Amino acid sequence: MKKVTIDPITRLEGHGKIEIFLDDGGNVADAYLQIPELRGFEKFCQGRPVEEMPRITSRICGVCPEAHLMASAKACDAVYHMDIPRTAKMLRELLYNIFYVTDHTTHFYALAGPDFVVGPDAPKAQRNILGIIHKVGVEIGGKVVGMRGMCHELIKQMGGKSVHPISAIPGGMSKGMTKEEQADIIKKGEEAVEFAKFTIQFFNDIVLKNKAYVDLILSDTFTHQTYNMGLVDEKNFSNFYHGDIRVTGPDGKEYVKFKEADYLDHIEEHVEPWSYLKFPFLKNVGWKGFVDGTKSGVYKATPLSRCNVSDGMATPLANEEHDRMYKTLGGKPVHQTLATHWARIIELLYSAERWVELASDPEIIGPDFRMVPTETPDEGVGVVEAPRGTLYHHYKTDENGIIKEANLIVGTTHNNAPINMSVKKAAEGLIKNGKVNDGLLNMVEMAFRAYDPCFGCATHTLPGQMPLIIKIYDARQDLLEELRRD
Amino acid sequence: MAKPKFAIYWAGSCGGCEIAFLDIREKILDVDKAVDLVFCPCIMDTKYEDVEAMSDGEIDVCLYNGCIRNEENLHIAELLRKKSKVLVAYGSCASEGCIPGLGNLTDSEAIQKYVYEESPSTGNPKKVYPKSTTKIKAGELTIPEMFKYVRTLGQVVDVDYFMPGCPPVAEQIWAVIEVILSGKLPPKGSVIGVNSKTVCDECERTKDEKRIKQFYRPHMIKDIDPEKCLLEQGLICNGPATRAGCGALCPSVNLGCRGCYGPAEGIQDMGGKLAGAIASIIDSDDPEEIEKVVDQIVDPVGTFYRFNLPSSLLGRRV
Repeated sequence: MKKVTIDPITRLEGHGKIEIFLDDGGNVADAYLQIPELRGFEKFCQGRPVEEMPRITSRICGVCPEAHLMASAKACDAVYHMDIPRTAKMLRELLYNIFYVTDHTTHFYALAGPDFVVGPDAPKAQRNILGIIHKVGVEIGGKVVGMRGMCHELIKQMGGKSVHPISAIPGGMSKGMTKEEQADIIKKGEEAVEFAKFTIQFFNDIVLKNKAYVDLILSDTFTHQTYNMGLVDEKNFSNFYHGDIRVTGPDGKEYVKFKEADYLDHIEEHVEPWSYLKFPFLKNVGWKGFVDGTKSGVYKATPLSRCNVSDGMATPLANEEHDRMYKTLGGKPVHQTLATHWARIIELLYSAERWVELASDPEIIGPDFRMVPTETPDEGVGVVEAPRGTLYHHYKTDENGIIKEANLIVGTTHNNAPINMSVKKAAEGLIKNGKVNDGLLNMVEMAFRAYDPCFGCATHTLPGQMPLIIKIYDARQDLLEELRRD
Repeated sequence: MAKPKFAIYWAGSCGGCEIAFLDIREKILDVDKAVDLVFCPCIMDTKYEDVEAMSDGEIDVCLYNGCIRNEENLHIAELLRKKSKVLVAYGSCASEGCIPGLGNLTDSEAIQKYVYEESPSTGNPKKVYPKSTTKIKAGELTIPEMFKYVRTLGQVVDVDYFMPGCPPVAEQIWAVIEVILSGKLPPKGSVIGVNSKTVCDECERTKDEKRIKQFYRPHMIKDIDPEKCLLEQGLICNGPATRAGCGALCPSVNLGCRGCYGPAEGIQDMGGKLAGAIASIIDSDDPEEIEKVVDQIVDPVGTFYRFNLPSSLLGRRV
């Protein structure tokens, strides 16, 4: 039996590892993706005051702290049985959509960039943020850096800090918005819409006009027929901040739609001894192992999942692009993992449009940006769509609002089983009869990258290219071959 | 002349320190011109093997963020110490333990028991736990051991400079890079990327005599005066004992400082200092009344030691 080790996988915080085992014929017998880290927020949050949870749990992830801030604040509202004022909801959703613009921008240009913008065979020296800027030109590079900077400046203004903002609290927001700020934010939102439109055009020109890329997106190597999960509003349109959780089957039909407070009736987490990260599955379908299909409870929660479970996007331009994607790829649902990149920029356009919509509402500068709880705290669940999947925060408190129990299921965790399956399938598709070629390196990497993984939010991905070493040993553990991309 | 070699590594962390680095925006191009980034898992192709192959001291400056939570964090800390001339504990986790350091209010065993057995969404009838070695049909799988408690970088290797903040703000990051590039390094052991005095000195809120009759939890009081010192309004703020450097960001949105820039100069134990400082501003001479007011502060340990438990005198749960 040969073993192929891919280590380290740095965009998983350097703490991810892949092991691929080959049978005597040199074909893939088994493959694993292991997450070797746990920080234990759920346990050490016990005993903390519930109002501190948004500020504490945002430290789960410095890439998407806004997602934890919002899910936590919503869980706090629920703990106190509060329906917060409309102005408060809009301020939170606005801050959240501004964050989505910067997050999806970072992923599309800097992370997916090497594969689609520069190309899968790009020179190694191009595989970082600066390489991308050099490649696409200073003007486009400047646009990307400028857009990120503008969003982070607004996050600091509305949230207090540009990384780990804090202004969402039980009952609403700690600070309101002035008329002057509103005018400025609308103007910047319009710039974001133009930037998103430019990005769509860019994707069109670079990816969709290249048949080789389209064939790659549609190839079986990157396809799994699983269930999908995502938040939808009352019209079944995609929404990142509020709504119900909708799950559709591999056939695209609605399997179940549930309220956030009922998540325990639908989701269970499986434990494996070889990874610190658990494997969620649909409880009522059951854990059948690392397999897809209707009978396996494995599901995905990604930008593509959100498009798959929704009836469309709630803003006009994004909805047009949504329709175009499904028309191009053969209708709903789309199971090709690499199409996630397209879905992500549709969401970029949506979040920019939604930004303008929310900022333009006269009530956003209203005085009722928060309320004070009056009821006794006990238990609550808060759910938002993090960029990398549905995020659940569930708290139980004593009558003084001190945390007795906290349960968190974060975005990428939902995708733990599908990512393992994608890695295995990519390996199976590429490693035949003991032959490994350079293409494997990038293909395995692309199987990951589409998910934009941020493992357990304890680990995370950032701009760049994954360095890989693949070592192939024979049955006596003697090194037969080493492939490096460094 | 060859450009100085830089490394940035993340251990038990959240990635916020890297995002903060990107917040220097277009100056990242200046950094690119001035230094050679030789190891930075988050933005470029690098591997542990490459670092192992370097000669000792080959890296001029290494910014190490994240706490020491497991075997792998420790191993890389030792490796990077050996390979770096200057090792900086970059960010609150590496400097003081930060939020993951609250893990020292419990231990790894209790953490894992909750996560893999007790949590309401976990279905684990066979009580399976992650273990360092797992035998499977095809071979063997390994993962690093989680340590019982969290340690800071300075508690496991010799650290040259400490740069606090959760995360450090972009202006301070840029200021530190400028100092490094100038070659005029401060004395070993210095805290860098900070200002002198405390967060209160940077806070624009008006301050008067602090006499507190009652403490409020921040979500229970609606009309917070946006101009007046939060502590004077009965809202817990760690500003008086926290090192300046962030520009008093949290008070700018009507919420108290929680001390992510660490203890101000001369303060050995931040929690002890804050507890004393806050008790002293209670407007009463009656011990019973003072006790009643102090009792209004929920979770003093988790509040006053929010970002620095592992590096404090307390260190962990006793």
